[in-house]
Amino acid sequence: MSEDFNENKTIQAQSSETISGGETGVAPDIDYVRPAELSDQDLYHGHTFITKWVFCQDAKVIGVQYFLLATFTGIIGLILSWLMRLQLGFPGAAGFMTAEHYYQFVTMHGMIMVVYFLTALFLGGFGNYLIPLMTGARDMVFPYVNMVSFWMFFVAVGVLLASFFVPGGPTGSGWTLYPPQAILEGTPGSGMGIILMCVSLILFVAGFTMGGLNYLITILQARTRGMTLMRMPLTVWGIFTATVLAMLAFPALLVSALMMTLDKVLATSFFMPTILKAGEVLEYGGGTPILFQHLFWFFGHPEVYIVALPAFGIVSDLISVHSRKNIFGYRMMVWAIVVIGALSFFVWAHHMYVSGMHPWFGFFFATTTLIIAVPTAMKVYNWILTLWRGNIRMNTVMLWCLGFIVTFVNGGITGIFLGNVTVDVPLSDTYFVVAHFHMVMGIAPLMVIMGAVYHWFPLVAGRMLSEKLGKWHFWITFLGAYSIYFPMHYLGFIGVPRRYFEMYDSPYITSAVGMNEFISTAAFIVGAAQFILIYNIVVSLKMGKPAGKNPWQANSLEWLTPSVPPEHGNWGDKLPVVYRWPYDFSVPGAKEDFIPQTTPPSEVVETEVEKT
Amino acid sequence: MSSDPKIEGYKFKPGYSGMAADTASDQTMFKGVHWGKAMMWIFLLSDTFIFSCFLISYMKGRASTPVEWPNPSEVFALNAFGVPVPLLLIAIMTFVLITSSGTMALAVKYGYERNRKMCGWLIIATALGGLTFVGMQVFEWSKLIHEGVRPWENPFGAAQFGSFFFMITGFHGTHVSIGVIFLFIYAYKTFAGHYDEGKRGWFTTMKGDYVEIEILGLYWHFVDLVWVFIFAFFYLW
Repeated sequence: MSEDFNENKTIQAQSSETISGGETGVAPDIDYVRPAELSDQDLYHGHTFITKWVFCQDAKVIGVQYFLLATFTGIIGLILSWLMRLQLGFPGAAGFMTAEHYYQFVTMHGMIMVVYFLTALFLGGFGNYLIPLMTGARDMVFPYVNMVSFWMFFVAVGVLLASFFVPGGPTGSGWTLYPPQAILEGTPGSGMGIILMCVSLILFVAGFTMGGLNYLITILQARTRGMTLMRMPLTVWGIFTATVLAMLAFPALLVSALMMTLDKVLATSFFMPTILKAGEVLEYGGGTPILFQHLFWFFGHPEVYIVALPAFGIVSDLISVHSRKNIFGYRMMVWAIVVIGALSFFVWAHHMYVSGMHPWFGFFFATTTLIIAVPTAMKVYNWILTLWRGNIRMNTVMLWCLGFIVTFVNGGITGIFLGNVTVDVPLSDTYFVVAHFHMVMGIAPLMVIMGAVYHWFPLVAGRMLSEKLGKWHFWITFLGAYSIYFPMHYLGFIGVPRRYFEMYDSPYITSAVGMNEFISTAAFIVGAAQFILIYNIVVSLKMGKPAGKNPWQANSLEWLTPSVPPEHGNWGDKLPVVYRWPYDFSVPGAKEDFIPQTTPPSEVVETEVEKT
Repeated sequence: MSSDPKIEGYKFKPGYSGMAADTASDQTMFKGVHWGKAMMWIFLLSDTFIFSCFLISYMKGRASTPVEWPNPSEVFALNAFGVPVPLLLIAIMTFVLITSSGTMALAVKYGYERNRKMCGWLIIATALGGLTFVGMQVFEWSKLIHEGVRPWENPFGAAQFGSFFFMITGFHGTHVSIGVIFLFIYAYKTFAGHYDEGKRGWFTTMKGDYVEIEILGLYWHFVDLVWVFIFAFFYLW
């Protein structure tokens, strides 16, 4: 590697940010790092069971709490998807399932998976656990607010799940909750169901805002000595940018949920046009349903990247560690994350091509949408170039990363199809769309979550997960996910519409019957395979191989805590000092193939490290 | 974490590239900025998006309703000595709220000067200004309700007028009310000397500091600024 590319791009081991260059004529100390700007963080240490494990202010515990609750909610979403697939593959097999139930399950599955599972897991779970550890902070900057954030999320999930038990059941208007149908009689759950959904979303946004402020300020203002922005792991960059998006996109969701609640409860007509129902004019009139679509998708499209950017960041770190090579084009990766985040605010109307818009409007949004493919493709190339001629460890974590790249490219390419107005219009509301977004923002981020669980479980629990079970889990999930979603593209092309309870005897759909049976069977198997992971976690917690310190030989700070798993306060008496980026793998001349971020330059003078 | 952290050994670098280097430097991006202040700024940015969504929705709703929009200078007029004066009450409300921003700024100044008494009384004055504002808003709401304006209908024209009016001014009024509650709590804490001794907070267990007053001040100024936009879009358009 190095002989191909080493054109004076490496320097003697030095810390660029921190050298105090020749002020007095004395040889500068190459290990010099500016003193701390802030005094040590004041922390509340819990003493009782309640303050240590329930109402806990330690970001690590809060992260695990988020993780567990999001996973619990995700399993409910998984069970709902099973019920849907049962109906689609084998109509009538579940005797209790009516069309109303089906719509309710579709809606709740979508909302749970996007907001309460993926968003909460990436930002609440991984964000809380990893941000303070990776940036070298003792904890989040506002631990109390952080705790409240989790319990707001808890209440939000409670309100959401309560809607299963109210008269009329949960809302069945599709996860996009489009008015007018969402709140009109005839739509399942148009009474208490939709109200609880809106209330739950408002609570979620409020809770998330508290957490999000913590993530941002911790990253901006509480890094340890030597931790410059361009030495942060890409995981932190991904979570940071996603949190910025969330802080700016969730307001639109909050406002639309509030206005929808008022339309329902007070019979205002924000989103409700004049409606004739069975020959009678309803009390509504003069509102504009399109406004809701704009508000919803102004949230909804950045939401895709709120899920995707942390996944991008995490997978970059996993690939780098497990192929023992520095991430290819680190700065390019950072800027790609930031640019994707910024562009995501200018593409929302590509979800609305069929709701009727001026052609130039569609042209604008198609253009911005396709521009996003540029930084995204750069990231994919960089992942592949990181792998290229790396010392790849073919372990479970790496398998999930490779699975991610494949599914992400797959889902990304169908995204280019759908970004074009002329291609999108005929494919709109078909299974092609379902296949596209499940590939790109369902399966792909999920692969990263799985990889991240196998990667960081040793840090959280101090024990390794079983590799054997992990590989079974991966291969069943990967092949199964392709068996589910690949045929769906074809279903879309032959015109099978999404959100239909049953296809009945439509002549052109009959050819899809066998395929639907196949997809459903695969879905049952893939869903069941996820319990391998749960079994693996439960068993490994007690019986797994002890992990010891830094089992993956990673460089980033979270593996360098004095005790594993890290304790409250993370770093014992002294905060770590950072001298380099976290990607110094396989450095020519180094004793080992990794140089942790805390290794001072004086210890590696003979090596050719990158200047970071 | 004190209100004026030292930035030992850090020299700001010249030029744009220096600015980039300062921004990307280690430990903090905003040198010497208190965590709580940075948090409040970012929260306010997020809140700006909330109010922007409200106001843009209002513009869209007003533009697309088929029924005539009520004339604000007639609807919001107040009879003074038998003469209908347009926007009289709103003018007073706006004046009171803007004035309270001034007292808030003075409270922050006296806080940093450790002038506990002046600081406390100025916070009280700010809170009373906010309270007056909310009181006048209650008066305005009840007047409109008496005239038959409801969130779902009104006698003057488009139904969305009442919907947006009650929702947006209600949301803003909630902001003011929350601010007033915190102002009273902070006034108590100031008089009790919690910020002088660094007494730990009841909930957060963090040490008190006069910077908290400045943070609340940021929120208060923001609420005032938002009112100016609501005033312009609702009452003057």
